[in-house]
Amino acid sequence: MKPVFMTYTKKDLINLAVCMVLSVLIIPTFIKTEYWYTSILIPWLCLALATIGQQIVMGYTGQLALGAAGFMAAGAFAMFNLILRVPDLGFVGSLIVSGLIAAAFGILFGLPSLKVRGIYLMVATLASQFFIIWMIDKFGWFKNYDSSGIITAQDIIIFGKPFTTPLAMYFVCLAVTTILTLLAMNMARGSTGRNWMAVRDMDIAAESMGVSLLRTKVQAFAISAFYCGVAGALFAFCYLKSLEPVAFDIKLSFKILFMCILGGLGTINGAFIGAAFILLFPVLLNAIGNNVFHGAIDATIISSIEQVIFGLLMIIFMIYEPLGMAKLWENLKQSMKLKLSSSGIKGVKSTVLKK
Amino acid sequence: MAYERKFKIGKPILEVNNISLAFGGVKAITDTSFNVLEHEVRAIIGPNGAGKSSMLNCINGIYKPQQGTVSFRGQVVPNITPNIMAQMGLSRTFQNLALFKRMSVLDNILVGRKLHTKTNFLEVALQLPKVKKEEKLNRERSEEIISFLEIEDIKDTPVGKLPYGLQKKVELGRALATDSSIILLDEPMAGMNVEEKRDMCRFILKVNDELGTTMVLIEHDMGVVMDISDRVVVLDYGKVIGDGTPDEIMANQKVIDAYLGVEH
Repeated sequence: MKPVFMTYTKKDLINLAVCMVLSVLIIPTFIKTEYWYTSILIPWLCLALATIGQQIVMGYTGQLALGAAGFMAAGAFAMFNLILRVPDLGFVGSLIVSGLIAAAFGILFGLPSLKVRGIYLMVATLASQFFIIWMIDKFGWFKNYDSSGIITAQDIIIFGKPFTTPLAMYFVCLAVTTILTLLAMNMARGSTGRNWMAVRDMDIAAESMGVSLLRTKVQAFAISAFYCGVAGALFAFCYLKSLEPVAFDIKLSFKILFMCILGGLGTINGAFIGAAFILLFPVLLNAIGNNVFHGAIDATIISSIEQVIFGLLMIIFMIYEPLGMAKLWENLKQSMKLKLSSSGIKGVKSTVLKK
Repeated sequence: MAYERKFKIGKPILEVNNISLAFGGVKAITDTSFNVLEHEVRAIIGPNGAGKSSMLNCINGIYKPQQGTVSFRGQVVPNITPNIMAQMGLSRTFQNLALFKRMSVLDNILVGRKLHTKTNFLEVALQLPKVKKEEKLNRERSEEIISFLEIEDIKDTPVGKLPYGLQKKVELGRALATDSSIILLDEPMAGMNVEEKRDMCRFILKVNDELGTTMVLIEHDMGVVMDISDRVVVLDYGKVIGDGTPDEIMANQKVIDAYLGVEH
């Protein structure tokens, strides 16, 4: 008899192996330009991680939250202060503790979800965005009384070894993102994820089955904020290499929200697809502007066009495919399979008819 | 009926004592009391707007009645909420289907296993051996229920895509998965054709017979009610107007008047 329950199917393991070979072997061998690591791959991994956080609270638990960048700021500044003040923790320890600090903020700002829902909850969670940034700006302690406003991030040192080259930082981000993605997938597929989705789809029935709304919602907010916090720390230390509250403004929260929606609500792979799209699309537009129109179009116009296209895409996706690009990808695979199998059936039919 | 019951009808498992519920100025239920005995099939009937669903919602803790109490196994339940009732062993289905629409049939039924899941999110994230063991047990029980309800072929379909009759079956399955000692069914056969109704009756009686689960159901089809229930309580305008065996109810003049109307 086939085992009733396995965490990973063969297909998952193949997918994982392909991703690992691609990211660990192929990318570092073939991509040598620093630009790719510092400006595309590292931010992609960091933002994908934050988008997973947004997915947990919005895609899985159905709580409209907007303030991922606030939790990222909490994680980033916690990391800075931990390395500065508690050097014994080390990089990995500090990263985990920064995540936990962000999670504490997540619990605090997740509490309104028990009373308000939908668009009102979105407004309530905006408080986290503004409060955390305000707090960091207001109290000099968080910035170690630095007057310039921009603090340089400390070097990453893991078990005595410095990780300062773009490639090394890419591997740090890759390792953290891979581990946290696997953990998120385990939760999403297991009983934890079922509780989240039950609350999302029909909270009163979930409660009648013994799912505690309080615990489930607060848990989702905490885990989400943990992911955002870790992502924020990586974002500051590997990508920006500096810490300034302005980097984590509301625009970044919206960016993560778009990544979440375009990628596909309630999917983990959608977080990566959405993040890649939103990051690469401006690069593509710029390339078109430079190479096709040879700089005839002003850069500001290009960035405006980018906003217009994002807006349009959001509307189109909301209407025609609320499950986003991950669903499009699924459909594509499905139709390919159908095409292959139907051509197979035709073959059988013709051979039968010939006989 | 000549057959011998495996689970003999016992003491009251659920008692509703003097419940009154009003929405603003509208009285939905007025000073209503009745009880449900362990292992019996109890029907609640009454014309539209009689307060039947409100009654179930009071028992389940979704509505808070202004007066009265609900006792479970002889104990008054204070601060009654759906979650507390679920933990005490009371499960239910809903009149207008409250399934988890984007989840598969199997996942819906697995949510019903929530109270048999003791591992926390960290253990689930790390996939510790005890998580796998527990998940395996829960899945086996869910698969049993799925094959009992004869819905194996749709177990991976998102329930939102299923026809109404099948969704009702899935909802029954989810309630069964809790292994509760009492299940409230709010119009389990509404909108079904004769064949589907017969299937549903068969499942309800089989569950009651084989597992001894106490069943409380609201139903409009008199034929079905009189056929499958041990005792019937009749509500009209939020008040009990009849309580007894199907035969007694059919002979009750008040009940006949309520259903057929009476000249004043």
